[in-house]
Amino acid sequence: MQMPVPDAAVLSKKARIVELLQSVLPKEAVIHEPEETRAYECDALTAYKCPPLAAVLPGSTEQVAAVLRICHEEGVPVVPRGSGTSLAGGALPTADCIILGVARLNAVLETDYDNRFIRVQTGRTNLSVTGAVEEHEFFYAPDPSSQLACAIAGNIGMNSGGAHCLKYGVTTNNLMGVTMVLMDGTIVEIGGAHLDAGGLDLLGVVCGSEGQLGVVTEATLRILRKPEGARPVLMGFDSNEVAGACVSDIIKAGVLPVAIEFMDRPCIEASEAFAHAGYPICEALLIVEVEGSPAEIDEQLGVILQIARSHNPVELRESKSAEESAKIWLGRKSAFGAMGQINDYMCLDGTIPVSSLPLVLRRIGEMSKQYGLDVANVFHAGDGNMHPLILFDANKPGDLELCEAFGADILKLCVEVGGCLTGEHGVGVEKRDLMLNQFTADDLEAQLWVKDVFDPAWLLNPAKVFPLSVTQTRRAA
Amino acid sequence: MNPSNEVELSEAIASAKGPLSIRGGGTRPIGSPVTGDLLSVAGLSGIELYEPGALTIVVRAGTALAEVEKALAAENQRLAFEPMDHRGLLGTSGTPTIGGVVAANVSGPRRIQVGAARDHLLGVRFVDGRGSVIKNGGRVMKNVTGYDLVKLMAGSFGTLGVLSEVSLKVLPKTDAIASLMIYGLSDDGAVAAMSKALGSPFEVSGAAHVNESADGVAVTFIRVEGFEASVAYRLAQLTDLLAGRGEIVTLTDHDKVAAQWRDIRDAKSHHASGDDIWRLSVKPSDAPAIAARMPRGTRVTYDWAGGLIWAGTDSGTDLRAAIGPFNGHATLIRADEATRAALPVFHPEPAPLAAISHGLRAKFDPRGILNPGLMG
Repeated sequence: MQMPVPDAAVLSKKARIVELLQSVLPKEAVIHEPEETRAYECDALTAYKCPPLAAVLPGSTEQVAAVLRICHEEGVPVVPRGSGTSLAGGALPTADCIILGVARLNAVLETDYDNRFIRVQTGRTNLSVTGAVEEHEFFYAPDPSSQLACAIAGNIGMNSGGAHCLKYGVTTNNLMGVTMVLMDGTIVEIGGAHLDAGGLDLLGVVCGSEGQLGVVTEATLRILRKPEGARPVLMGFDSNEVAGACVSDIIKAGVLPVAIEFMDRPCIEASEAFAHAGYPICEALLIVEVEGSPAEIDEQLGVILQIARSHNPVELRESKSAEESAKIWLGRKSAFGAMGQINDYMCLDGTIPVSSLPLVLRRIGEMSKQYGLDVANVFHAGDGNMHPLILFDANKPGDLELCEAFGADILKLCVEVGGCLTGEHGVGVEKRDLMLNQFTADDLEAQLWVKDVFDPAWLLNPAKVFPLSVTQTRRAA
Repeated sequence: MNPSNEVELSEAIASAKGPLSIRGGGTRPIGSPVTGDLLSVAGLSGIELYEPGALTIVVRAGTALAEVEKALAAENQRLAFEPMDHRGLLGTSGTPTIGGVVAANVSGPRRIQVGAARDHLLGVRFVDGRGSVIKNGGRVMKNVTGYDLVKLMAGSFGTLGVLSEVSLKVLPKTDAIASLMIYGLSDDGAVAAMSKALGSPFEVSGAAHVNESADGVAVTFIRVEGFEASVAYRLAQLTDLLAGRGEIVTLTDHDKVAAQWRDIRDAKSHHASGDDIWRLSVKPSDAPAIAARMPRGTRVTYDWAGGLIWAGTDSGTDLRAAIGPFNGHATLIRADEATRAALPVFHPEPAPLAAISHGLRAKFDPRGILNPGLMG
């Protein structure tokens, strides 16, 4: 992975920069000793590591502004960091950067059930947002798999999704407002407890901008009343094609499940060996969940079961109780852990049109043979967001590179069939160099204009999202 | 200029010598007055791709909204954000286009349940102020590849680029629809009742309050949609939940309920007045107090559980000045040209955000020829 050459001028004035940061932050909030900065050398994309110049953990929006003002004046790159759970290397440092962590900003500032929103500091974890409102039977809808650990700041940076997006949307559809600090230290408020923008939709472009436009310190999030209940049905099929057709038919029938999850044979076998959820060993498995009152659930599941039967399933299991529901979800929720038990793996995140599912799965199978690396597929079928897991051996020389080449081929295939490189993880450094497969130079240029306006000096997370060759003149300016 | 495809659109903009006034169907003349050569996008018409099983449709920007809705209805699907028809309110004729819906980010009562037009917009192709064709987003539901210019284009009223193609998420139509009406509530009482309904698990898809209906009695409307048995169940639950606040009447006749919500969507109670029309987006529970600060005689209706205020004022009134600072924004939707030239149509932004908006326009349209000044 190529990263920019660290700025020698910045490296040489480390002592001065640390001193300036210590003048605006409590002593313990400035981390600069080499043995301590190691803790920030990578995020969840652990294949790439580089300790930062220093890391800071401000305790207020004003402290964030003070840090950014200093970095702006001194020309120091800043990499914002939530909980460091990015699978795309979104928080990967460079040696000349300051890591700006929002972990200490984790307070709930306001809960408003009448107007159905919560305002939090963005270091708060995704799951603890729901935790703050569930005693009133409310929840925050986006639910990335890492929700126990991941921060709202990172969710906003990457526009994170989850399993329930088909009904509730992703972060951008549930984000109503932010307090954000621009690179020059200006604090701005965008949106709030009201709906839609009064002018250009700046909130829309901030969400998913991977920490390149500003540092979001507070967020107003939409909360929803929990449904009366939810129940899944599990169905097994003897081919991926049939499972794909079944997904399409369910969607066309006018039922809108909250989740449609798909697992293929390698994934089923691994989770079964790991979690013993009692899954049928077959080619493809779907978990479809619907919500509502008991009678509403029965009605929707009735429609879904009828469609499933018309596709001759090898297994059809309707949950009748909370225990049965938990058992159906157990294998799916353990899938990643199960794969991790067997092997090192790389998790991809491309999205494809649902109609291309059988074709893409077949091609991935063929490529798996060519590369000699196994793949397990688990993904959100309702919205076409795939998570192929490529298995490799990190201790075997060349295996990581082989795995990355295979991954790139899968992502190019996603683009080729009308999809995209990343559905919910973000580009980061991981998919940066593939961007020209999806976009023309003009397409990317328009995105760079946005960064030019928000961060004219190109100091915020500058080595991410776009190929380095495309951004070189701007970063050097 | 009447380009009939994206290449011609690009050439028209690249070769433009001065400002352009961009038009889809011409039914939503919202914004500060623009002087410029007319550039019609209506010639870029047709559905490129429709996959009902993937809940997506890709359409050229000049396609008539009615044509899109007809194609979707044939598969029992719809644009769930329920775009308003502005013709009644603005006294325009013509054919609303899908590009116009997107450019103005037009939604309806279901906004509170499923999101706005921008939330259903998956991808765009547009031509910038230099004449370059740019795409962003795509035709899949989850896509975080690069910056989300899709959201930026929605509601940018042609000032960043001229849309040539949009791809949208569509959703299944619902079988049944019903309204619950509560009579005689005050504005405060109505907002409290709507809030109670939306805070329930009964999936309310519309909540509006009209305090000067034809018969002079305030009516609060709550809507539920879905499978027939489910609608009946939720209607009963909501009737219990809201009991004791005022007389409750329910309506389940599909066509009558649909007509009721079409009127709410299109702000019909303001059509016939000679008022200037303002549209305010606010925190719902703030709405009655904000309305109380408006000049005497202002005619007010509420949608989005109070979060959307339609206010009719005497011509030339600066409503923002009258109510003072509030959290949210006010847009002057209908007024004569002189008033729209004198008052900012879009809500003035704080200086740092205004500088960003200005900077973005200067990048996307460096010659300042795309609907210049329309958004201020």
